[in-house]
Amino acid sequence: MYIDEKLLKNDEETVYKLRKLYRGYGYSRYKMSKFEEYDLYVKNKDFLISDGVITFTDTSGRLLALKPDVTLSIINNCKDGAEQVHKVYYNENVYRISGSSHTYKEIMQTGLECIGNIGLYEICEVICLALDSLALIDKNYVMQLSHIGILNGVLSDLKIFDENKKEILHLISSKNDGGIELFCKEKGISEENAQKLKAFTKSYPTVQSAITALSSVTDSPELKEFEEILNVLIKRGYEDKFTIDFSVVGGMKYYSGVVFKGYINTIPTSVCSGGQYDKLMRKMGRSSSAIGFAVYLDELNRFKAEKNEYDVDTLLIENSDIALTLSIAQKLSENGDSVRVCKSIPDNIRFRRAVTIKDGEVVSLEND
Amino acid sequence: MINVALPKGRLGEKVYDMFEKAGFSCPSIKENNRKLIFENKEAGVRYFWVKPSDVAIYVERGAADIGVAGKDILLEYNPDVYELLDLDIGKCRMAVAAKKDFRDNPDTTLRVATKFSNIAAKYYSEKCRDIDIIHLNGSIEIAPILELSDVIVDIVETGKTLLENDLVPFETIADISARLISNKSSYQFKKDIIEKVRLSLAKQVSDKND
Repeated sequence: MYIDEKLLKNDEETVYKLRKLYRGYGYSRYKMSKFEEYDLYVKNKDFLISDGVITFTDTSGRLLALKPDVTLSIINNCKDGAEQVHKVYYNENVYRISGSSHTYKEIMQTGLECIGNIGLYEICEVICLALDSLALIDKNYVMQLSHIGILNGVLSDLKIFDENKKEILHLISSKNDGGIELFCKEKGISEENAQKLKAFTKSYPTVQSAITALSSVTDSPELKEFEEILNVLIKRGYEDKFTIDFSVVGGMKYYSGVVFKGYINTIPTSVCSGGQYDKLMRKMGRSSSAIGFAVYLDELNRFKAEKNEYDVDTLLIENSDIALTLSIAQKLSENGDSVRVCKSIPDNIRFRRAVTIKDGEVVSLEND
Repeated sequence: MINVALPKGRLGEKVYDMFEKAGFSCPSIKENNRKLIFENKEAGVRYFWVKPSDVAIYVERGAADIGVAGKDILLEYNPDVYELLDLDIGKCRMAVAAKKDFRDNPDTTLRVATKFSNIAAKYYSEKCRDIDIIHLNGSIEIAPILELSDVIVDIVETGKTLLENDLVPFETIADISARLISNKSSYQFKKDIIEKVRLSLAKQVSDKND
């Protein structure tokens, strides 16, 4: 079937392209129901981006939720096999509290999950697909990459746990060097260790600069893994498209390895986020690994220019011969133009041209 | 072009002077008029004057790339932004104040009048103290006098207003000062210029303290 791209809104067009991309890499479509048992979400509340879940009681008295998330259902749905790898993508509306407005929103979310026996290949494939997803939305994009395992290791070495860890992660995520210094002074953490923590607020433009800076902070084997991943990305030509930035720290309770966030120029919030979430898998009783990401398309229509300058292409003034009017309207719309039949020229729509029927012929009226 | 949200008022003027020293001048801003947006194309900068409590909103939603907001606003609204630098100006503290003869009775719910409901709620929940928040938008100091509340949570600069209303600060919740903040997305695409601003302002702060 031929699809006229003019008819698609920015987000719809992007979804269409993303589906094609994910299918191309052998991911199969996962369709979930609108409502899920509330139990699933309440057990894994930490994983959800916002606390608010819209709930209701169904006819049999079960408490259901309007889905706030897709990943949990996918994990639930996949068999826990040590050798297998499940590759699925989805395109669903989710319902949750939106960041800055603090009210419930319907958010169109597309993404993919790769679950099972995950190796370095799968990790690199998913990151590359996330980068390609951003490129499909706009060429002017950047991805921040971080590794939760490395950061967690350093925090454990420095014996920073629980409430202190929460506080320090907030400071790292807001790149607040001054706050880290103050925090360390208050908690009796040495100047040297404060410097180590401050290495995580920086944004490193090259792999070399990041590895040099982090090598002096930790000798964790995960740093080696991170370096390998980054080098693959460089070989694939993404060198200018990512920075190494440990301020991406959200979800320490479920992410375990590499995590990332993608930004598009002129869109003020991140449009893509994901990572390796083995901890969530353990929490849900699974022994295998998983990595995935979501692309949020709700801001897309507002920040990308409208494609259509006009509401309709042609206004056709109604003729007393209804059959003739209908046939002319059909003819005019054959080339893909939109044609609206009106009794007179309305003042509330923008149109490219107005025509009327005179002696069976189409005659042009004034231009808008 | 970098968009900068400045807090309207004396603090904002001080902040502008710091930006000017950093090489981002915009002479028209000093003209005495009611305009709110000022641009210097050559320096690649555009300033807007906004209500101090709104700076974080402009920055979080990307209408401004960077801005200067009080730590009180950042603590209250917890916007998703980078907090890049403490500018060490506009210094004051968030404190609990009450009438001189106030004694906290843990047997009753503490009535707290404040403009900063979230800060107050967080502070007392960490202390496991049951409170009743009375949200006011101004003249907080009169709440304990009129027996509307037991204590207030508010900004204390010199303590003069409190003193004139027979109140005393009891506890400090947090030290407050002006902070340079940045939109997270803008930071990815305008990192060079934002880091230039940060470094230059940081130098001015450390020079002042030396």
